[in-house]
Amino acid sequence: MIYLQLFWVFFIIGLFTFGGGYAMLSLIQSEVVIRHAWITAEKFTDIVAVSQMTPGPIGINSATYVGYTVTGNVFGSLLATFAVVLPSFILVLTICHLYMKFKESNLFASLMKTLRPIVIGMIAAAAGILVTKENFFDWTSWVLFAGAFAACQWLKTNPIWVIIAGGAIGLIIY
Amino acid sequence: MVSYWEIFKCFSKIGTFTLGGGYAMIPIIQREVVEKKKWIRLQDFMDVLAIAQSAPGVMAVNISIFLGYKLRGNKGSIVATLGSCLPSFIIILLIAMFFAGFRDNPIVVKIFKGIRPVVVALIAVPVVDMVKQSNLNVYKALLAIATAVAIVFLKVSPIYILLVVGVFFFMGRYFGDKRKREQSSSNKINKEGGER
Repeated sequence: MIYLQLFWVFFIIGLFTFGGGYAMLSLIQSEVVIRHAWITAEKFTDIVAVSQMTPGPIGINSATYVGYTVTGNVFGSLLATFAVVLPSFILVLTICHLYMKFKESNLFASLMKTLRPIVIGMIAAAAGILVTKENFFDWTSWVLFAGAFAACQWLKTNPIWVIIAGGAIGLIIY
Repeated sequence: MVSYWEIFKCFSKIGTFTLGGGYAMIPIIQREVVEKKKWIRLQDFMDVLAIAQSAPGVMAVNISIFLGYKLRGNKGSIVATLGSCLPSFIIILLIAMFFAGFRDNPIVVKIFKGIRPVVVALIAVPVVDMVKQSNLNVYKALLAIATAVAIVFLKVSPIYILLVVGVFFFMGRYFGDKRKREQSSSNKINKEGGER
């Protein structure tokens, strides 16, 4: 029974969160902490922190973590993760078919062209939102920021190496 | 044709190094898929981003589904999604099972103090490339800036901005076409009148 509920809750979460992981978190919180009381608010904060510290989309990470915590086994964890991906999988595949079909049409191409500046603004905003006191606690953070930006922009260093270097420097200097 | 294994490898690499949520995935996907493998052009990648943002669910997963589909159809999208989710699934599962104190571990805390500002820089980098390749005029640049301001300071969800601009686009098209039709029909009448 718990498995059915878990599947349903995460399916709904996957279906109704527009706008990426952080928008998803508030819905997960209201369903999992408040409505079903599967985990405490404190535990949920832990999950968010761990999600931010581990690779992968936050929506997936929290589904995996909550699924395991609620049922105590790997299957619950797998089920919640599958449920959260399923709605977008069906919808995005449908959109893909339409995109391939209409890609060459003038109307669609010029709609996409119109939306491009918004995509740029959207990504700039994603970086802007992350400029917080927690992420930039003193000048060393800004040096790391500038170094990483320069490395990727001008030296074309692979972002993966930049992340590893950032972690190594953090371990040494803090 | 790109093999399933190659798709899986590429997306699991992307999934492994995406720290800090979906947007942090964008620079890594761009690097791997657009620049290194050249599976898709930057312009098309921006279309994918607009669509991934407009669809519900996890943005990074939506991008994987879309790109996987573009490369190898339905099966390709399953492989890409599995690839991008599997690393985080395994890591989170291990943490949930064994490392309850993960977030308070001093070594982890130090590493992440170094990684966080780097991730912010990584997200900012593709903006420069996209601006360069998009030939922005004044209006488009203003639209991009207004979008960023609305999201950061007014906390507007990007999905609403995409929707509103989309609606205006179709309205502009509709009324623009109508006006053209009216103009051409009135021109016809004038011509006919002149001939008489």
